[in-house]
Amino acid sequence: MALQTSDRTKVERKTDRELVVTRLFDAAPRIVFKAWSNAELFRKWWVPKGAGITLLNCEMDVRTGGKYKLEFAHGDGSMAFYGKYLDVTPNERIVWTNDEGDEEGAVTTVTFEDKGGKTLLTFHELYPSKQALDEAMEGSAAGLPTQLDQLDELLPTIGG
Amino acid sequence: MSQITLNHMVQLSTPALDLSFAALSDTTRRGVLEQLGRADASITSLADRFHMTLTGMKKHVAVLERAGLVVTEKIGRVRTCRLGRRGLDAEAAWIEAHRKLFEARFDALDKIILELKREEEDGPANE
Repeated sequence: MALQTSDRTKVERKTDRELVVTRLFDAAPRIVFKAWSNAELFRKWWVPKGAGITLLNCEMDVRTGGKYKLEFAHGDGSMAFYGKYLDVTPNERIVWTNDEGDEEGAVTTVTFEDKGGKTLLTFHELYPSKQALDEAMEGSAAGLPTQLDQLDELLPTIGG
Repeated sequence: MSQITLNHMVQLSTPALDLSFAALSDTTRRGVLEQLGRADASITSLADRFHMTLTGMKKHVAVLERAGLVVTEKIGRVRTCRLGRRGLDAEAAWIEAHRKLFEARFDALDKIILELKREEEDGPANE
Protein backbone atom coordinates (compact mmCIF):
# COMPACT_ATOMS: atom_id res chain seq x y z
CA MET A 1 0.00 0.00 0.00
CA ALA A 2 3.00 2.25 0.43
CA LEU A 3 2.79 4.93 -2.14
CA GLN A 4 5.81 6.76 -3.30
CA THR A 5 4.78 10.34 -3.04
CA SER A 6 6.72 13.19 -4.44
CA ASP A 7 6.33 16.85 -3.79
CA ARG A 8 6.77 17.73 -7.39
CA THR A 9 3.09 18.26 -7.98
CA LYS A 10 1.55 20.86 -5.71
CA VAL A 11 -2.17 21.47 -5.43
CA GLU A 12 -3.80 24.19 -3.41
CA ARG A 13 -7.11 25.90 -3.07
CA LYS A 14 -5.64 29.33 -3.36
CA THR A 15 -8.80 31.30 -2.66
CA ASP A 16 -12.49 30.50 -2.34
CA ARG A 17 -12.77 30.33 -6.09
CA GLU A 18 -9.36 29.12 -7.26
CA LEU A 19 -7.61 25.82 -7.58
CA VAL A 20 -3.90 25.92 -8.47
CA VAL A 21 -1.62 23.06 -9.50
CA THR A 22 2.10 23.53 -10.16
CA ARG A 23 4.93 21.32 -11.37
CA LEU A 24 8.40 21.74 -12.78
CA PHE A 25 9.21 19.91 -16.02
CA ASP A 26 12.68 19.15 -17.28
CA ALA A 27 12.28 20.66 -20.74
CA ALA A 28 11.95 24.04 -22.35
CA PRO A 29 8.48 25.67 -22.41
CA ARG A 30 8.38 25.15 -26.17
CA ILE A 31 8.37 21.38 -25.69
CA VAL A 32 5.93 21.31 -22.79
CA PHE A 33 3.60 23.61 -24.70
CA LYS A 34 3.68 21.23 -27.63
CA ALA A 35 2.52 18.34 -25.44
CA TRP A 36 -0.43 20.50 -24.34
CA SER A 37 -1.43 21.90 -27.69
CA ASN A 38 -1.16 18.90 -29.99
CA ALA A 39 -4.23 16.64 -29.71
CA GLU A 40 -2.32 13.47 -30.53
CA LEU A 41 0.17 14.14 -27.74
CA PHE A 42 -2.38 15.54 -25.30
CA ARG A 43 -4.57 12.46 -25.37
CA LYS A 44 -1.58 10.30 -24.43
CA TRP A 45 -1.29 11.74 -20.97
CA TRP A 46 -4.41 13.71 -19.97
CA VAL A 47 -6.47 10.71 -18.93
CA PRO A 48 -4.55 8.47 -16.51
CA LYS A 49 -4.41 4.88 -17.59
CA GLY A 50 -6.47 2.57 -15.44
CA ALA A 51 -8.80 5.31 -14.23
CA GLY A 52 -11.70 3.50 -15.84
CA ILE A 53 -12.17 6.22 -18.38
CA THR A 54 -11.71 5.97 -22.11
CA LEU A 55 -11.08 9.02 -24.21
CA LEU A 56 -12.95 8.34 -27.44
CA ASN A 57 -12.25 11.49 -29.30
CA CYS A 58 -10.09 14.56 -28.84
CA GLU A 59 -10.37 17.60 -31.04
CA MET A 60 -8.38 20.70 -30.20
CA ASP A 61 -7.91 23.85 -32.21
CA VAL A 62 -5.43 25.50 -29.89
CA ARG A 63 -5.45 29.15 -30.90
CA THR A 64 -7.26 32.17 -29.53
CA GLY A 65 -10.94 31.76 -30.43
CA GLY A 66 -10.48 28.08 -31.28
CA LYS A 67 -12.54 25.28 -29.72
CA TYR A 68 -11.96 21.91 -28.17
CA LYS A 69 -14.07 18.87 -27.62
CA LEU A 70 -13.16 15.79 -25.62
CA GLU A 71 -15.46 12.82 -25.71
CA PHE A 72 -15.31 10.14 -23.06
CA ALA A 73 -16.99 6.77 -22.85
CA HIS A 74 -19.48 6.97 -19.99
CA GLY A 75 -21.72 4.04 -19.12
CA ASP A 76 -23.35 2.89 -22.32
CA GLY A 77 -22.98 6.25 -23.97
CA SER A 78 -20.51 9.05 -24.08
CA MET A 79 -19.98 12.38 -22.40
CA ALA A 80 -18.54 15.42 -24.08
CA PHE A 81 -16.42 18.15 -22.55
CA TYR A 82 -16.05 21.25 -24.61
CA GLY A 83 -15.14 24.89 -24.53
CA LYS A 84 -13.29 27.70 -26.19
CA TYR A 85 -9.72 28.96 -26.06
CA LEU A 86 -9.91 32.50 -24.78
CA ASP A 87 -6.22 33.20 -25.15
CA VAL A 88 -3.39 31.21 -26.64
CA THR A 89 0.15 32.59 -26.59
CA PRO A 90 2.47 29.93 -28.00
CA ASN A 91 4.99 28.56 -25.48
CA GLU A 92 3.58 30.86 -22.78
CA ARG A 93 -0.05 30.33 -21.95
CA ILE A 94 -3.35 28.69 -22.81
CA VAL A 95 -6.67 29.88 -21.40
CA TRP A 96 -9.87 27.95 -21.96
CA THR A 97 -13.48 27.82 -20.83
CA ASN A 98 -15.23 24.72 -19.50
CA ASP A 99 -18.70 24.88 -20.99
CA GLU A 100 -20.07 21.49 -20.04
CA GLY A 101 -22.94 21.55 -17.59
CA ASP A 102 -25.88 23.90 -17.28
CA GLU A 103 -24.25 26.65 -15.35
CA GLU A 104 -21.32 28.92 -15.92
CA GLY A 105 -18.16 26.84 -15.83
CA ALA A 106 -14.65 27.37 -14.58
CA VAL A 107 -11.97 29.13 -16.63
CA THR A 108 -8.68 27.26 -16.85
CA THR A 109 -5.35 29.03 -17.36
CA VAL A 110 -2.15 27.10 -17.97
CA THR A 111 1.13 29.01 -18.02
CA PHE A 112 4.56 27.80 -19.10
CA GLU A 113 7.35 29.68 -17.39
CA ASP A 114 10.98 29.33 -18.42
CA LYS A 115 13.24 28.45 -15.48
CA GLY A 116 16.68 28.14 -16.99
CA GLY A 117 15.73 25.57 -19.60
CA LYS A 118 13.10 23.94 -17.41
CA THR A 119 9.43 24.78 -17.32
CA LEU A 120 7.40 25.78 -14.32
CA LEU A 121 3.89 24.79 -15.25
CA THR A 122 0.95 26.39 -13.45
CA PHE A 123 -2.55 25.02 -13.93
CA HIS A 124 -5.10 27.43 -12.56
CA GLU A 125 -8.87 27.01 -12.38
CA LEU A 126 -11.10 29.94 -11.55
CA TYR A 127 -14.66 29.09 -10.58
CA PRO A 128 -17.51 31.55 -11.08
CA SER A 129 -18.28 31.56 -7.35
CA LYS A 130 -17.19 30.11 -4.03
CA GLN A 131 -20.37 28.10 -4.12
CA ALA A 132 -19.43 26.50 -7.43
CA LEU A 133 -16.10 25.26 -6.08
CA ASP A 134 -17.66 24.23 -2.77
CA GLU A 135 -20.30 22.24 -4.57
CA ALA A 136 -17.74 20.59 -6.76
CA MET A 137 -15.81 19.61 -3.64
CA GLU A 138 -18.84 18.38 -1.75
CA GLY A 139 -20.04 16.43 -4.72
CA SER A 140 -16.78 14.64 -5.10
CA ALA A 141 -15.95 14.21 -1.41
CA ALA A 142 -18.18 11.19 -1.03
CA GLY A 143 -16.17 9.11 -3.41
CA LEU A 144 -12.71 10.15 -2.45
CA PRO A 145 -11.37 7.08 -0.68
CA THR A 146 -12.25 4.89 -3.63
CA GLN A 147 -10.75 7.37 -5.99
CA LEU A 148 -7.57 7.57 -3.97
CA ASP A 149 -7.29 3.80 -3.99
CA GLN A 150 -7.78 3.75 -7.73
CA LEU A 151 -5.06 6.30 -8.19
CA ASP A 152 -2.76 4.36 -5.89
CA GLU A 153 -3.26 1.40 -8.15
CA LEU A 154 -2.70 3.23 -11.36
CA LEU A 155 0.39 5.18 -10.38
CA PRO A 156 2.82 2.27 -10.68
CA THR A 157 1.46 1.49 -14.14
CA ILE A 158 2.36 4.95 -15.29
CA GLY A 159 5.82 5.14 -13.77
CA GLY A 160 8.98 4.27 -15.56
CA MET B 1 -12.10 19.11 -19.33
CA SER B 2 -12.33 20.59 -15.86
CA GLN B 3 -10.85 18.53 -13.06
CA ILE B 4 -14.02 18.44 -11.14
CA THR B 5 -16.09 16.93 -13.85
CA LEU B 6 -13.44 14.42 -14.73
CA ASN B 7 -13.25 13.44 -11.09
CA HIS B 8 -16.96 12.91 -11.02
CA MET B 9 -16.57 10.57 -13.92
CA VAL B 10 -13.83 8.62 -12.21
CA GLN B 11 -16.06 8.23 -9.22
CA LEU B 12 -19.21 7.45 -11.09
CA SER B 13 -17.48 4.59 -12.78
CA THR B 14 -17.14 2.65 -9.53
CA PRO B 15 -20.00 0.72 -7.95
CA ALA B 16 -18.89 1.51 -4.39
CA LEU B 17 -19.71 5.11 -5.05
CA ASP B 18 -23.28 4.43 -5.84
CA LEU B 19 -23.65 3.78 -2.14
CA SER B 20 -22.22 7.18 -1.29
CA PHE B 21 -24.34 9.01 -3.77
CA ALA B 22 -27.44 7.20 -2.61
CA ALA B 23 -26.52 8.02 0.98
CA LEU B 24 -26.06 11.69 0.18
CA SER B 25 -29.17 12.01 -1.94
CA ASP B 26 -31.37 12.52 1.10
CA THR B 27 -31.79 15.84 2.92
CA THR B 28 -32.04 14.29 6.36
CA ARG B 29 -28.90 12.24 5.85
CA ARG B 30 -26.98 15.28 4.67
CA GLY B 31 -28.24 17.08 7.76
CA VAL B 32 -27.06 14.24 9.97
CA LEU B 33 -23.57 14.45 8.44
CA GLU B 34 -23.50 18.17 9.03
CA GLN B 35 -24.58 17.63 12.61
CA LEU B 36 -21.94 14.97 13.23
CA GLY B 37 -19.37 17.29 11.75
CA ARG B 38 -19.98 19.50 14.78
CA ALA B 39 -20.21 16.78 17.43
CA ASP B 40 -20.79 13.07 17.90
CA ALA B 41 -24.38 12.22 18.76
CA SER B 42 -26.55 9.33 19.82
CA ILE B 43 -29.21 7.99 17.50
CA THR B 44 -31.83 9.09 19.99
CA SER B 45 -30.65 12.69 19.99
CA LEU B 46 -30.44 12.69 16.19
CA ALA B 47 -33.99 11.36 15.99
CA ASP B 48 -35.14 14.16 18.27
CA ARG B 49 -33.32 16.79 16.37
CA PHE B 50 -34.73 15.73 13.01
CA HIS B 51 -38.19 15.05 14.44
CA MET B 52 -38.18 11.39 13.53
CA THR B 53 -38.92 8.10 15.13
CA LEU B 54 -35.99 6.14 16.46
CA THR B 55 -36.62 3.46 13.84
CA GLY B 56 -36.61 6.02 11.04
CA MET B 57 -33.31 7.51 12.19
CA LYS B 58 -31.78 4.05 12.61
CA LYS B 59 -32.50 3.40 8.96
CA HIS B 60 -30.86 6.63 7.83
CA VAL B 61 -27.80 5.98 9.98
CA ALA B 62 -27.55 2.45 8.59
CA VAL B 63 -27.43 3.85 5.04
CA LEU B 64 -24.70 6.32 6.02
CA GLU B 65 -22.80 3.57 7.79
CA ARG B 66 -22.87 1.27 4.76
CA ALA B 67 -21.45 4.10 2.69
CA GLY B 68 -18.62 4.55 5.17
CA LEU B 69 -19.71 8.08 5.96
CA VAL B 70 -20.66 7.35 9.55
CA VAL B 71 -19.31 4.99 12.19
CA THR B 72 -21.44 3.88 15.13
CA GLU B 73 -20.48 2.34 18.41
CA LYS B 74 -22.66 0.94 21.12
CA ILE B 75 -21.62 1.84 24.61
CA GLY B 76 -23.94 0.42 27.23
CA ARG B 77 -27.41 1.10 25.93
CA VAL B 78 -26.51 4.08 23.79
CA ARG B 79 -25.42 3.87 20.16
CA THR B 80 -23.18 6.82 19.36
CA CYS B 81 -22.58 8.06 15.83
CA ARG B 82 -19.58 9.92 14.51
CA LEU B 83 -18.26 10.79 11.09
CA GLY B 84 -16.46 7.99 9.29
CA ARG B 85 -13.16 8.40 7.55
CA ARG B 86 -14.97 9.46 4.41
CA GLY B 87 -16.74 12.27 6.16
CA LEU B 88 -13.59 13.66 7.74
CA ASP B 89 -11.78 16.58 6.34
CA ALA B 90 -13.32 16.31 2.92
CA GLU B 91 -11.45 19.30 1.58
CA ALA B 92 -8.02 17.96 2.51
CA ALA B 93 -8.91 14.63 0.95
CA TRP B 94 -10.22 16.36 -2.14
CA ILE B 95 -7.00 18.27 -2.54
CA GLU B 96 -5.00 15.08 -2.10
CA ALA B 97 -7.11 13.31 -4.71
CA HIS B 98 -6.39 16.13 -7.11
CA ARG B 99 -2.73 15.99 -6.38
CA LYS B 100 -2.67 12.30 -7.17
CA LEU B 101 -4.63 12.76 -10.35
CA PHE B 102 -2.25 15.45 -11.55
CA GLU B 103 0.77 13.51 -10.39
CA ALA B 104 -0.34 10.56 -12.50
CA ARG B 105 -1.12 12.82 -15.40
CA PHE B 106 2.13 14.75 -15.20
CA ASP B 107 4.24 11.62 -14.82
CA ALA B 108 2.78 10.52 -18.14
CA LEU B 109 3.43 13.98 -19.57
CA ASP B 110 7.04 13.71 -18.41
CA LYS B 111 7.49 10.66 -20.61
CA ILE B 112 6.00 12.41 -23.63
CA ILE B 113 8.26 15.39 -23.06
CA LEU B 114 11.29 13.13 -22.86
CA GLU B 115 10.33 11.58 -26.19
CA LEU B 116 9.93 14.99 -27.76
CA LYS B 117 13.32 16.06 -26.48
CA ARG B 118 14.95 12.95 -27.93
CA GLU B 119 13.25 13.49 -31.28
CA GLU B 120 14.59 16.99 -31.42
CA GLU B 121 18.10 15.89 -30.58
CA ASP B 122 18.06 13.05 -33.10
CA GLY B 123 16.56 14.90 -36.00
CA PRO B 124 16.43 18.66 -35.77
CA ALA B 125 15.26 18.88 -39.38
CA ASN B 126 12.04 16.94 -38.73
CA GLU B 127 10.01 19.72 -37.28
